Amino acid sequence: MPLKQVFTKEEIERAITRISHEIIENNKGVKGLVIIGIRTRGYVLAERIAKVINSLYGTKLDVGALDITFYRDDLSAISEQPVIHNTEIDFDIESKNIILVDDVLYTGRTIRCGLDALIDFGRPKTIQLAVLIDRGHRELPIRADYVGKNIPTSQKELVQVKLQEIDNEDSVTIEETQDDKEEDGKMGS
Amino acid sequence: MTKKKTAKWVHKDLLGLEYLSKEDIELLLDTAVSFREILDRKIKKVPALRGKTVVNLFYEPSTRTRVSFEVAAKRLSADVINIAVESSSVKKGETLNDTGRNIEALKADIIVVRHNCSGAATMLGRNVNISVINAGDGWHEHPTQALLDMFTLRGRLGKLEGLNVSIVGDIAHSRVARSNIWGLTKFGANVTVCAPKILIPPEIEKMGVKVTDNIDEALRDSDAINVLRMQFERDDMKAFPSQLEYFKNFGITEDRLKKAKKDVIVMHPGPINRGVEISSEVADGGNSVILEQVTNGIAVRMAVLFWVSQAKP
Repeated sequence: MPLKQVFTKEEIERAITRISHEIIENNKGVKGLVIIGIRTRGYVLAERIAKVINSLYGTKLDVGALDITFYRDDLSAISEQPVIHNTEIDFDIESKNIILVDDVLYTGRTIRCGLDALIDFGRPKTIQLAVLIDRGHRELPIRADYVGKNIPTSQKELVQVKLQEIDNEDSVTIEETQDDKEEDGKMGS
Repeated sequence: MTKKKTAKWVHKDLLGLEYLSKEDIELLLDTAVSFREILDRKIKKVPALRGKTVVNLFYEPSTRTRVSFEVAAKRLSADVINIAVESSSVKKGETLNDTGRNIEALKADIIVVRHNCSGAATMLGRNVNISVINAGDGWHEHPTQALLDMFTLRGRLGKLEGLNVSIVGDIAHSRVARSNIWGLTKFGANVTVCAPKILIPPEIEKMGVKVTDNIDEALRDSDAINVLRMQFERDDMKAFPSQLEYFKNFGITEDRLKKAKKDVIVMHPGPINRGVEISSEVADGGNSVILEQVTNGIAVRMAVLFWVSQAKP
């Protein structure tokens, strides 16, 4: 099947740097800022964003990982069984400005799970959403505050984000699939 | 997304560890790690089993296991119904299968059953389409207890493979011992059972364990000791010598522990009888993980409830 590269290593890097600056601009600094990524690639991106901000401002931002499996609304519907990762948020989120990070924003359902999960940890001041790719096709009223790149897609296409820390390379590709089946049992990001 | 290695859970029921593969058990223990973290949150609840109903059907008295299953189900947002057999239709002569089918007709999703007959959970599982979890059947198996023991051991020592685990006490009547043996041997742990000769069931060594009636020998190289309660309520225990004599010869005391490894882990499934199988000093001492086991039990039972509800045959 044809694979189309839509985002290169350099573009990913630049997008993360830009998002980091936008976060600082929007929040007027780094006060009360924490970064939480959705497992697994959202967490990798969260760490990268934190690294950029830390190097710019000499800070040591708290970074957390969120697994949303137990909050999914399609647990009984999916054909593949879920892969469960650990949630690691070992800091207080009360009154913090949370940057929630994921790789691809699609239907919005993963983010809905993430919001529910975060609110079970406390009452943050704000939750802002950062994604590397926004591919459209929302099923819920959710939008991102920081977007690496908007990529118009059809629902038959599969957007694949690869990150060095997990996949040994940085790239975003689009693949045409035969049907519009949910990708890999994973609900639309 | 790239295909990830997905462990597949195919079991509608959890009846015993004998029937599970090492991979099945690993999946349950790994999932329990995620659930253990939830228990430390401010809001100790996730919606994974929202809309599901769990029925606790207990034919034998139990506080720890029943409450643990109830807490586990509630932490998963399931609805829980407890059926106390003393005040139910069972007293009017209803069979276990009929009770189970009625619970199914009431549109429950999971039955957690404890019964004094070995094999009761297996029979019930065959007769209903909803999930059945064995919370202890006769002398046969108590899988969630063994899972929480293994979870506690793995959490403390980082692995199960190659560990020396001694199970001390009433082996003959113990479903906890049998489930632990099935589970631990699958992971390559070395299991020793230790008890007075009359409490060691014949041919138990065929399960792959070492047998001894010498307590010091059982303790010497152990990484962990699982101390079992003496089940004096059993009819065939009437001939058993006094509790004091058992404590003198087999009780886990500080003096005995001095001959074991310094950081040996002392476990007990509860309820403990102080001064019978274990001294108060040991039960409350630094080697004891007895209360940690209770907390871990919730996480392990959440994992079991979660996966039986996700079963994809």
